[in-house]
Amino acid sequence: MEARLQLKNVEKSYGSVKALKDINLEIVGAKTIALLGTNGAGKTTLLRIIAGLEERDKGSILLDGKDTNGKELRQIATLVFQKTVMFNRSVYSNLAYGLKIRGKKDSEIKEEIAQELHTVGLRNFEKRKARKTSGGEQQRIALARAFLLNPQILLLDEPTANLDPYSATIIERAITNRTKGKGIVILATHNLSQAKRLADDVVHIYEGKIVEIAGPEEFFNNPRSEMTRKFINGELDY
Amino acid sequence: MELIFSGNSEVYATVYRSLYVTGLGTLLSCLWSIPIATVLGLHSFRSKWLIKGIFTSLIGVPTVALGLLLYLFMSHKGEFGFLHLLYTLNGIAIGQSILVTPLIVSFTASALGAADVQLKDLAKTLGASSFRTNLAIMRETVWSMVLAVSAAFNRGFGELGVAMIVGGNLFQETRVLTTSIALETNLGNFDVAMAYAIILMAVVLTITLAINLVEKLRQENLPWKKMWVLWHPGGD
Repeated sequence: MEARLQLKNVEKSYGSVKALKDINLEIVGAKTIALLGTNGAGKTTLLRIIAGLEERDKGSILLDGKDTNGKELRQIATLVFQKTVMFNRSVYSNLAYGLKIRGKKDSEIKEEIAQELHTVGLRNFEKRKARKTSGGEQQRIALARAFLLNPQILLLDEPTANLDPYSATIIERAITNRTKGKGIVILATHNLSQAKRLADDVVHIYEGKIVEIAGPEEFFNNPRSEMTRKFINGELDY
Repeated sequence: MELIFSGNSEVYATVYRSLYVTGLGTLLSCLWSIPIATVLGLHSFRSKWLIKGIFTSLIGVPTVALGLLLYLFMSHKGEFGFLHLLYTLNGIAIGQSILVTPLIVSFTASALGAADVQLKDLAKTLGASSFRTNLAIMRETVWSMVLAVSAAFNRGFGELGVAMIVGGNLFQETRVLTTSIALETNLGNFDVAMAYAIILMAVVLTITLAINLVEKLRQENLPWKKMWVLWHPGGD
């Protein structure tokens, strides 16, 4: 049976500012969804709510028809932050953290970490201090850390922002190879061509509301919403 | 200098008593201070600012005032007179544990509170429970806690009021470095007083420098055997 994620009438405010307004979204099956929008549109807030790191003010989030709370969401969803966050430990220790919580044996952990580091192009990085690696390396470590947990929902907040083209390519390749057919991936990005390359569906958020959802072909070549057309052409004020 | 290197058994015994009372006092204080600091540092509640403020202001409590208060409680007619702690090393240790509590609580709570908020989110998104998340934060700030505890140790090691009033400065029983310095100064034996002062400073400096060295080795990911690299970073 295919996984089904539904957001129904989700709203979130910070004081008097409404960050998310009446969000309705349904994702069925193993898909990659690109979340596009201007700065402050609500992309990160939406990702954080799906990740269970923020409580929604209204609405519900259902997984396979079952309403889920923040704690349940944190067990099934993993968020890779826009600004990489590393524990002040070795790369190995950073990668092993989530696996140890899940009760995996040390021997299994060692093998899986070695494999995952190879996938993201960081072989033999285990003993290095995570915070002393470069920005691109830290982003790959953060991805590897999330991949290792095999979450049902993988959330990526601008995973290639501020990276050089080489690092960005490696990360995109890792995302494609690792995630195709394996659960739901929601990727917030400013990079329109990245969204075209990676996404099965594209969602446009403007001022906290979803204004368009479509396949990449339709979204970029024939958007229904005027807001989306302006956004794609770089004409949208915010 | 003669006193310092003479091998005088009373000098060594005095140093040992000082290390004992302050070491025990600091350890005892950690038992309650660190849990209190964890609550203050990692949780939000209404009167948090007030409680933090009280602990911060108690850092500078005069040791003689605390010593007097403890004397009244520990004396024969006091509430805790039955414990026979007055004029004992354990009595001084308990007094110092109370003295250094505000320092450990304030510094540790500040370190925990200042920990990157995103670290909490990171632990949570990797599946950690609230308890494990707090443990992760504590692990990330452990060296700040070590520094807080070492500052507390130094405060206790150098205090006079509690040791004098609660301990009574009894020869070969409760005489510690600070009370010895006070006594010898009063007797006009400034050379002896200075020798004790040098020993006191040497112990404090040695402990502090040792902690800093361990932290530096940890930061640089160096084993003990390679600590000389810290002074010659180009060579290996």
